[in-house]
Amino acid sequence: MSEEQIKNLEEQFEARIARDEKIEPKDWMPEKYRQTHIRQISQHAHSEIVGMLPEGNWITRAPSLRRKVALLAKVQDEAGHGLYLYSACETLGISRDVLYEQLHSGKAKYSSIFNYPTVTWADMGAIGWLVDGAAIINQVPLCSTSFGPYARAMVRVCKEESFHQRQGYEIMLKLCNGTPEQKEMAQDALNRWWWPSLMMLGPTDDASVHTEQSMKWKLKRKTNDELRQQFIDQTVPQADILGLTIPDPDLKWNEERGSYDFGEIDWDEFWQVVKGHGPCNKERMKARVGAWERGEWVRDAAMAYAEKQQERKEKQAV
Amino acid sequence: MKENLYQYILGIADNSLILGQRLGELCGHGPSLETDIACTNISLDLLGQVRNYYQYAAKIANDGRTEDDIAMLRNEREYLNVLLVEQPNTDFGYIIARQFLFDVYHLMFLNELQKSNDLTLSAIATKSIKEVSYHQRFSSDWIKRLGDGTEESRSRIQSAIDELWTYTDELFHLTEADEVMVSEGIGVDVTKLKEHYYKKVNDILEEATIQVPESKYFQKGGKKGIHTEHMGYILTDLQYMQRTYPNMEW
Repeated sequence: MSEEQIKNLEEQFEARIARDEKIEPKDWMPEKYRQTHIRQISQHAHSEIVGMLPEGNWITRAPSLRRKVALLAKVQDEAGHGLYLYSACETLGISRDVLYEQLHSGKAKYSSIFNYPTVTWADMGAIGWLVDGAAIINQVPLCSTSFGPYARAMVRVCKEESFHQRQGYEIMLKLCNGTPEQKEMAQDALNRWWWPSLMMLGPTDDASVHTEQSMKWKLKRKTNDELRQQFIDQTVPQADILGLTIPDPDLKWNEERGSYDFGEIDWDEFWQVVKGHGPCNKERMKARVGAWERGEWVRDAAMAYAEKQQERKEKQAV
Repeated sequence: MKENLYQYILGIADNSLILGQRLGELCGHGPSLETDIACTNISLDLLGQVRNYYQYAAKIANDGRTEDDIAMLRNEREYLNVLLVEQPNTDFGYIIARQFLFDVYHLMFLNELQKSNDLTLSAIATKSIKEVSYHQRFSSDWIKRLGDGTEESRSRIQSAIDELWTYTDELFHLTEADEVMVSEGIGVDVTKLKEHYYKKVNDILEEATIQVPESKYFQKGGKKGIHTEHMGYILTDLQYMQRTYPNMEW
């Protein structure tokens, strides 16, 4: 293809996105679009899968049968999200095995929030309320992103995430209406999860390298700072209802802006965790790699069995 | 209180509780996303059934205890599950072997429980049969895949079947409460399921090219509350919150 032809295709492509048309896997797309989407969708899929671990940590110790069943179902939903996101990613011409390899080698990233430990039952509430809350703010705009398979996967993911968020908030509410010990457990969880949740919405706009291009492709509709502000404004009144205190002495309603002002985020901590040195980075990777390696003989067996069955079928046909 | 009926319900429910708890340990650690989801699903089904049984048991006990009190606040000697379901998740072969050896029994059991004079138990059985048919299909399919897969998988699943075989006979023992319930047309006479069970299990093992163990030595005790050493640790997790923070709502 001549340079001019490519330029032409690129122009048509950008025009389609500008008209809000969906790009489908078989359509022509610039290589950079493909690579950016592989990076973002796989990162999202990995986050779902690694995200199963901190919550999975409490399944055997859930305080009641009802909570145990709900938590199992939630973690299972996350596995389901991982499945459709990996499938969406595979339509871009990369296999799930390669994507796993990228996760296991540390080449691909996942959401840093899952590198924090879940130390009490209240963390199940705080994760649902705050982490899923922040995820929804990130993800709702993606329901109308330009790449069709991703947009469609996100519609389903968002529905389930908002259910999870309500479930998390309900855990917090129960704790806050319980004994002083329970309420203290809830406050402690908020104290530990608040700042990492704010970090989850990404570095500040001036430090974010992908924002401009992503806005153009509708992979992003709002900047990180806008999303963070939206999250804070939405969450503070919810904390008030719970009777909990947001652990930020600088948090104050700003009448003029119609938003909350908030304190400085510890970006050193953020980068430390992103670079692999958070409290649980190593454990999380060990768990994922371990499950994958321990499962190898199982996957090999399934493959060998399927081949034998196929051969038997072919022999019968002859 | 109808003590025998109460004990009888616990005997059924505890199997599903402990197996559901064991499967819950695996969530997020399966050999593939698909098997992870499937094992979680089975765990969810079993725990859903458990809630129905314990809610019924709580009604019969009628002493203010809730389903959670019954599930989480008994001492080890008061749990009546068979030894099979408390065996650890040694590897995926053991997980599948344990599931398969239980599922074949469980489905036969529920088919009979459906005919119980006790309408609540009969209704729970009817509701559970669809789920447990799926469990049996899943575990039988994997028995075949692992048995007739690679050399390594055959050797692993063979070891698991060999090791867990010793816990199968207990499935067909009758406790005193069971005997009373059978005589009243409420309970299932599990001794009558035994022949059919081993035939079904042997057929699937043979199809999977797995050797049927010949050992005649069997373990028992779970149904009388005498468990393997694993049980205490399962309960430590299961009861952690209820024991640490008594009398609270969650």
